[in-house]
Amino acid sequence: MTRQSVAKAHEKIQELAWEPLYHEPVSQYGTDYTFQKAKKKDPLKQVLRSYFPMQEEKDHRVYGAADGAIRGNMFRQVQERWLEWQKLFLSIIPLPEISAARAMPLLFRTVPNPELHNGQAIQMIDEVRHSTIQQNLKRLYMNNYIDPAGFNSSLRNFQNDYCGTIGRQFAEGFITGDAITAASIYLTIVAETAFTNTLFVAMPAEAAANGDYLLPTVFHSVQSDESRHISNGYATLLMALADEGNHQLLARDLRYAWWNNHRVVDAAIGTFIEYGTKDRRKDRESYAEMWRRWIYDDYYRSYLVPLEKYGLEIPHDLIEEAWNQIWNKGYVHEVAQFFATGWLANYWRIDPMTEKDFEWFEYKYPGWYDRYGKWWENYARLSHPNGHHPIVAEDVDYQYPHRCWTCMVPCLVREDMVMAEVDGQVRTYCHEACRWTDVEAFRPTYQGRETPNMGQLIGHREWETLYHGWNWADVVSDMGYVRDDGKTMVAQPHLDLGDQKKMWTLDHLRRMPPVQSPNVLLNEMSPEEREAFHANYVRGGPAGRPAPADA
Amino acid sequence: MTTAEAAPEATERSVPKPVFTDAEAGAKEFPDSKARRFNYFTPSKRKQSHYEDVTVEVQPDPRHYLAQGWLYGFSDGRGGYPLDWTVLKAWGGDRPEPERYPGSGGKGYDWPAHGWHEFRDPNEEWELTLYRYGANVVRQINQNVEIARQAKAFEQWNPNWVRFVERNVGAWMHVEHGLGLYLFANANRRAPTNMHNNAISVNSMHKIRFAQDLALYNLTLSEEIEGFDGKAHVDTWNEDPAWQGVRRVAEQLTAIDDWCEAIFAANVVFEPLVGELFRSHLVQHAAPGNGDFVTPTVVGAGEYDYAQRDLRYTKAMFQLLVDDKEFAQHNRQHLSAWLSTWVPRCLGAARELQPLWSQPDAKPPRFEEALDRAKSRFSGIVTELDLDVPKELNQ
Ligand SMILES: [Fe+2]
Ligand SMILES: [Fe+2]
Repeated sequence: MTRQSVAKAHEKIQELAWEPLYHEPVSQYGTDYTFQKAKKKDPLKQVLRSYFPMQEEKDHRVYGAADGAIRGNMFRQVQERWLEWQKLFLSIIPLPEISAARAMPLLFRTVPNPELHNGQAIQMIDEVRHSTIQQNLKRLYMNNYIDPAGFNSSLRNFQNDYCGTIGRQFAEGFITGDAITAASIYLTIVAETAFTNTLFVAMPAEAAANGDYLLPTVFHSVQSDESRHISNGYATLLMALADEGNHQLLARDLRYAWWNNHRVVDAAIGTFIEYGTKDRRKDRESYAEMWRRWIYDDYYRSYLVPLEKYGLEIPHDLIEEAWNQIWNKGYVHEVAQFFATGWLANYWRIDPMTEKDFEWFEYKYPGWYDRYGKWWENYARLSHPNGHHPIVAEDVDYQYPHRCWTCMVPCLVREDMVMAEVDGQVRTYCHEACRWTDVEAFRPTYQGRETPNMGQLIGHREWETLYHGWNWADVVSDMGYVRDDGKTMVAQPHLDLGDQKKMWTLDHLRRMPPVQSPNVLLNEMSPEEREAFHANYVRGGPAGRPAPADA
Repeated sequence: MTTAEAAPEATERSVPKPVFTDAEAGAKEFPDSKARRFNYFTPSKRKQSHYEDVTVEVQPDPRHYLAQGWLYGFSDGRGGYPLDWTVLKAWGGDRPEPERYPGSGGKGYDWPAHGWHEFRDPNEEWELTLYRYGANVVRQINQNVEIARQAKAFEQWNPNWVRFVERNVGAWMHVEHGLGLYLFANANRRAPTNMHNNAISVNSMHKIRFAQDLALYNLTLSEEIEGFDGKAHVDTWNEDPAWQGVRRVAEQLTAIDDWCEAIFAANVVFEPLVGELFRSHLVQHAAPGNGDFVTPTVVGAGEYDYAQRDLRYTKAMFQLLVDDKEFAQHNRQHLSAWLSTWVPRCLGAARELQPLWSQPDAKPPRFEEALDRAKSRFSGIVTELDLDVPKELNQ
């Protein structure tokens, strides 16, 4: 279609929108936001006559590349260290994608402008595309990569794993609660506009550096749909801003969504990029450098700040604090160390770090070795079974952390941990912002204002609590992380396949002390004991070191 | 990612180096080295299909694997995809969610835990298939309309037929658009499995595409036919008494809360009694006699979407519920009640369309004859689902 005919076609399909005369469509989702009904322009300008062939053409390229990768034996040069982390990433990501599809109807009745609904419906089908094309990539990995374990079980294991629930927020946050908070602010304004750059652009670049050019092919194709979704979000945001009564809610939701995305996405993608790579060229960008460019400069400075003049209250403090966490407080390193501490509760293998890795970390993050070096040396030392326990049950100067009740990443930057008694439970939070999210934001009133449509944080949010008192071998069997000989574990703290003596089995786990839920223990304490515990915990770290005994 | 700094020519460019890792399938033997299939669900046939691999279990369920439960709830504290968003039930659905407490472990019921997970879309739609199909349809329509334009095919239309197309064929785009968005796209948030919701979203796109096909065809006709009123479809939809019955029932369909009732009422009742009545028994039959060989190709694409794809998954979806090993009786009662509710509404809308039959110069087969055919098509679908044809059909 010519440019002019596309414009004309787009104008024509505006005639499709109509207002009901006899019955209103069902209204199933609530919001505390208010919108003025006003004639709007469809921000997407997408006509299916050109959309379908365009997507089909993109598919041709993706599937052509997939065939080429297999014919060209791509897996002979793929780094296992990298592909193993894809077992986690590719179990997480199809769910947020499909949840984004499911989220679109939340906006139909709450944003009463039919001109926007066409774009939302196209986003819906885009997201079906993303979810299934990513599942397909995972299937290809399962079929062609040396170790299918973990890929073959991913959608069972993602749903019960020690890290998996963290990632699930990135999906569930889109589909429940206040419709605008979920489907507009959390999904489009923050997750898509800010964080898909690290997900779909930065991470694929790292994949390519590790011999995998299929992930970039698929994810760049996904990312090419993203600008449309960002336009959807922007149009809704501008409409919300037009009503001053919404400003307080927008400020609340931007704080929550920003902080939660930072906690969740930076934890996962930061770990994949920094600890999942073998590319240690000094001039390759670190996650912190990428973050500074994609998120701080492109999103914060160029996208958010200009909205301030329309009355958007921007959480400058939390944006600076997220950077502070990444740059000064070692957030990504703390998370990677935690994921590796519990390697046995995962369903992928985590490669030890080597001298070469140490050197790179020290160069990119000065002071890294003093903090984390010893622990990773211990990790390598304990990686093959040799009469000792997995690292979580060995004395390596690491205090097992408490979970953050809100973001479910543990309270890793020890000094930031806060506690609150909520709904009859003493909860720990990784940071004041996560306490605020639970105690103040997700409540039916906010700063004295009624917010009856606000969602709730629910569920059994500490993984450890479900297994309190269990033997580790039973935990791993219960979750189903066992290979087809009935005893070798899916997870291993090394990449040495083929030598069965080096493989950890359920038998090794039987001898370990039982799992203890930090939160259960905390709730058993007297208030004084808890205070003392808290005072001690916040003196711990970095790298999970317990507080010094004196001082 | 290479460095942006200009490097002196002699130095090597900084690029990652390929390394031989031998990480391909079969390079070594070890436990699970041959376990190359998704092991968390039972395929519906002997071998798992590609469609199942990319679809099943993406949307989790606390009854089997979702150990920690849903993490976010609505303001009433309910999260995820509540089973009671429809009154219909699938076996196992009444069992409580597994209880979780300190030391409970994370195991739920064995997969699938309940009958909803047994549904598979017989069209096996996922992204590859849906874009291939959509692209083929729009290419075909484009070509048909373009050839007709070049052949000056529209010049043969008599004035009454021009009016008929601009008003009535035009008005139908609003039905497709309204249902595509507010019934089908809306329902893609409601069903308890990914198999349901993906099939429903593909149905939604069929309708939205067909609506746009009709709008863009209307645009071409405004450019090609002298005096063709490209806005007449709006007035017809808003004011023509013959169309208000269809409009009323289409709006009423979007007002349904229960997602199963919405899909059932639309695809089992409305489509055969009103949709096919208009598209097949009026437009497709009247067009050739009035010198129009083009409109049937555009309308035919939408007809094919429904008859060959959307109805197909709908039947499979409800067949499972009608045959459910625990709740067949319960489901049949509700489905029968829905038939009794929606058949009269749709028949009413169908009858109000009757004046359209006398508008073209070359008349299509009589309205009563068309309606009889639509009714027998409807009865056939209902009988195939092993439900009783409602007595309201004969009113
Ligand atoms: Fe997406
Ligand atoms: Fe947190």
